Amino acid sequence: MTGFATLFRKELVRFWKVAFQTILAPVVTALLYLLIFSHVLEENVRVYEGVRYTQFLVPGLVMMSVLQNAFANSSSSLIQSKVTGNIVFVLLAPLSHLEFFGAYVAGAMVRGLVVGSGVLAVTLPFVGVHFAHPLWIVAFALAGSAILGALGVVAGIWADKFDQLAAFQNFVIVPFTFLAGVFYSIHSLPPFWQAASHANPFFYMIDGFRYGFYGRSDIDPAASLAVVGVFLVALSALALALLRAGYKLRT
Amino acid sequence: MTAAISVSGVAKRFGDVQALEGIDLEVRAGEFFALLGPNGAGKTTLISILAGLARADRGAARVLGHDVVADYRRARRLLGVVPQELVFDPFFTVRETLRFQSGYFGIAANDAWIDELMANLDLTAKADANMRSLSGGMKRRVLVAQALVHRPPVIILDEPTAGVDVELRQGLWRFMRRLNAEGHTIVLTTHYLEEAESLCSRVAMLKAGRIVALDATERLLARFHELALAVRVSGAPVPPALGARARGGADGRLTFRLAGYDEVEPILAGLRGAGCRIEAIELAEPDLEDVFVRIMSGARPEAAQ
Ligand SMILES: Nc1ncnc2c1ncn2[C@@H]1O[C@H](COP(=O)(O)OP(=O)(O)OP(=O)(O)O)[C@@H](O)[C@H]1O
Ligand SMILES: [Mg+2]
Repeated sequence: MTGFATLFRKELVRFWKVAFQTILAPVVTALLYLLIFSHVLEENVRVYEGVRYTQFLVPGLVMMSVLQNAFANSSSSLIQSKVTGNIVFVLLAPLSHLEFFGAYVAGAMVRGLVVGSGVLAVTLPFVGVHFAHPLWIVAFALAGSAILGALGVVAGIWADKFDQLAAFQNFVIVPFTFLAGVFYSIHSLPPFWQAASHANPFFYMIDGFRYGFYGRSDIDPAASLAVVGVFLVALSALALALLRAGYKLRT
Repeated sequence: MTAAISVSGVAKRFGDVQALEGIDLEVRAGEFFALLGPNGAGKTTLISILAGLARADRGAARVLGHDVVADYRRARRLLGVVPQELVFDPFFTVRETLRFQSGYFGIAANDAWIDELMANLDLTAKADANMRSLSGGMKRRVLVAQALVHRPPVIILDEPTAGVDVELRQGLWRFMRRLNAEGHTIVLTTHYLEEAESLCSRVAMLKAGRIVALDATERLLARFHELALAVRVSGAPVPPALGARARGGADGRLTFRLAGYDEVEPILAGLRGAGCRIEAIELAEPDLEDVFVRIMSGARPEAAQ
């Protein structure tokens, strides 16, 4: 337990020491999105009856920040340790695979949730956000950050160089979050793209998360949570299998 | 008594390179042991397998009886490794680094021992300095301290004195001698063979992934029991016939291997006869470096017995 707790704390201290880049910068980015999109679309787009576009947008942006930062935390911590070689300090220790995995994911979750809360806190005074079902909000925030934390572990183990990781981020994480209905409801899409969105796990995270705010969603939130849960279990199993095999970490 | 380290039939291949080939080795508890070999011989690979950083293709490795794969948690708790590469985490100070390392090994409150380690390795003044700001030698000391935070009964140091000044080298070995006297098993690799000779009671020599010599240091030295005559000359070139027999010569210093004392006179006479002025003479038993060179060049120590 001490081993897990220590590695978890190390992960927190690591991003906290550079909070300017790891917390403040992503919060500012999300606010810029909010400013631009709400300014352009506020009067023209109405997704749900009685919900203004900016109100619709905030949960999507919060979740996007949670997901992207959770991924960034575990993946960049691992690749940095691999490239600089100090990963050996963790590899030499008697940590179990589960402790190793759990600590990186937990650290990623905290970073994602801190950034997400930051975005939400800053928008609250300006946008009338509702909290219809707070427990759903918490459930999807936890599950989403855990999934991206786990995905970050997998990507961090797989990547040998920073640019491979950047490619993963640019070609997988960013498009999948953008196309998951952060800025729109998928009901406004043509049928093909609606169907395609259902194959995107990020869609369920954002749709379910938004349900917690306004009690409206494209999909039943319980069904979304089930999809998200299955995805989390599958990714965790993959990450643990990689760790057990020592894939790319132990030659 | 359980061996501190036991390796049997270990082989490891990296692509085209057979890094290790059927290694069998036992280090007894309480030994001070040297693992020697030229660059690329496989020393670090063997240590990595013991530490769980690499997986053997074949064979098994145990630390105090615990298999490094099947029982990795116990094996790692009993082992402290100073890696060859100078690695560090630039986010943290020396003290933070040591506290985290303790925690990874399941030790929550370890400040008394951390302070003692820092004092012994002359790091106290740097306790709150960021790792990034330390000199190379200082970083090396932190690596040593990190390997010892959990008081491992078996300690492996992979070239701990590379790039380290004389004072630390002596301080480090004093500390290792003390730990050895307290019962810790110590295995080291080094390219400074006089260090190995003075510290280690037993030596294994690796060459191209195989053990080519494994014996008590004294016995290894005795196997090549022969005299060496070292002379420093100036004034005239050494006659080719004599030069071909000698080793060295950079600063005019030549070393001749002798079968007996009666060879001394003819050599000196030959040098004088060629007009060389003899500046210094030394008659010496071979040291570990000589033995190492002989073994690596293919001489079979058994044949010399
Ligand atoms: N990760 C790796 N990938 C490919 N080849 C490797 C790897 N690690 C070691 N080798 C090769 O295995 C052989 C043994 O290397 P090793 O590092 O064990 O040697 P060493 O005895 O520690 O040498 P040195 O004295 O230079 O530290 C070398 O030929 C090396 O190039
Ligand atoms: Mg080496």
